[in-house]
Amino acid sequence: MRSLLERLAAKEILVADGATGTLLLERGLQAGQPPESITLANPEVLEEIARLYVDAGADIIETNTFGASPLRLAHYGLDDRIEQINRDAVHAARAAAGDRAHVAASVGPSGALLQPMGEATPEQLFDGFRRQLECLVAAGVDCVIVETMVDLTEAQLAVRAAKDIAPETPVFATMTFDATPRGFFTIMGVSVEAAAAGLREAGADAVGSNCGTGIDEMIAIAMEFGRWTDPPIIIQPNAGLPQTEGGKIVYGDTPDFMAQKSSELLAAGASVIGGCCGTTPDHVAAIRVMVDAR
Amino acid sequence: MKLLVQTANGVIGGDDQRVADLTRQLIEQGVAAKTILDEGLIAGMDTVGQQFKAHEIFLPDVLLAAKAMYAGMELLKPQFIEEGVPSLGRVVIGTIRGDLHDIGKNLVGIMLKGAGFDVIDLGKDVPPEDMVRAATEREASVIGMSALLTTTMPAMQEVVEILERDGLSKEISTIVGGAPVTKDFARDIGATAHGYDAANAVERVKQLIPEA
Repeated sequence: MRSLLERLAAKEILVADGATGTLLLERGLQAGQPPESITLANPEVLEEIARLYVDAGADIIETNTFGASPLRLAHYGLDDRIEQINRDAVHAARAAAGDRAHVAASVGPSGALLQPMGEATPEQLFDGFRRQLECLVAAGVDCVIVETMVDLTEAQLAVRAAKDIAPETPVFATMTFDATPRGFFTIMGVSVEAAAAGLREAGADAVGSNCGTGIDEMIAIAMEFGRWTDPPIIIQPNAGLPQTEGGKIVYGDTPDFMAQKSSELLAAGASVIGGCCGTTPDHVAAIRVMVDAR
Repeated sequence: MKLLVQTANGVIGGDDQRVADLTRQLIEQGVAAKTILDEGLIAGMDTVGQQFKAHEIFLPDVLLAAKAMYAGMELLKPQFIEEGVPSLGRVVIGTIRGDLHDIGKNLVGIMLKGAGFDVIDLGKDVPPEDMVRAATEREASVIGMSALLTTTMPAMQEVVEILERDGLSKEISTIVGGAPVTKDFARDIGATAHGYDAANAVERVKQLIPEA
């Protein structure tokens, strides 16, 4: 298997995996528990999920480490387990990926607000991301995905921390946007233009968007990224917006719908496509078929 | 009155020092605390809420405006006690167990306080039983809870169930909100009300507390 950067440089379309949390809930994660607790209690479940995505045709498998930064883990009293939580999640993904897929370290927001809105300092966040990334990189990852960010400064700190720890490792960075009458913005007011420029400036090798919306709006977001930055552009939509059926949460976009729309997503300029909340191995398999048929 | 408008503008601009200075001047001039609150601080926060809703401004502006509003409210507290201004009612709020996302909940808290409610904020990751205990001990008539994660939404149902089990659902109403929380979900879990955004949540709480 060629390296991720070589594949991207060759303009290969890559398929990333789908949701982890959604599948964990079906496998015993209790509402209110952090997904990282599964890594401690039941890491073989992570390997099983990763294998489902590899078998579905994903080229990139994300680790179950979205909330495994010190600030977030501290909230659950798990910060002293940070090394094990990050390491074992990487090992589980690697065991499933073998030489069939790349392992991407997932790094989500710290959960803290930077000054002056909140109390956190840039140094605190940078050190926290650095600590998590040290664990991830030591365990052996092929790339880092800084994701679901809404604050550009925080996203840049995470990207810089990754490049600081592992300058040679590709870093993808995605933010979560809302549609407004004036265009797409994160809740913190970051436009796609600002995100594209700021994330690139921090050193991201690929930029884009994940979560927040379904694939229809993601097509528009991908086009907007295309206006402001060079490829590769990474897009990971939800399977639509969550709805409830009898108290249970369901996502409406079917695998066929997402696969059909994925061709528009590619036409809009995305070259790494996967799924976020609500997407399953079936969604990834359908996207794979569409990508291979091009 | 010019100073009141300036106070409102200070809140809109998120200038906490200016708001504190203006509030002090207004108190010295003998303006009633309720007037300073309604026509200065809340008027400013209302504009901020509308601008946020219209996507003209974003969360950082709202958070800074809230800080400025609090700077003024802090100075008004002794005045309120002196003038004996009654509260509209008491509301316990929190982000439900497992959920660390408190931005929306904080906004609701800001708006409720701004509207004249007594707000007890239990923070984030609050166990359902703690919500109910706080509401009974502090004699609140509404529990407001939010969730941003689809994984934590179901925990809100437990609050409703505990209230029913303990025969408290007549005295204590529930209102739920958060990005993935829909009206249908609120109905399914038996919550009394659903707020689709912070401003709407305040409207609904006003309806839940009739004397408000």
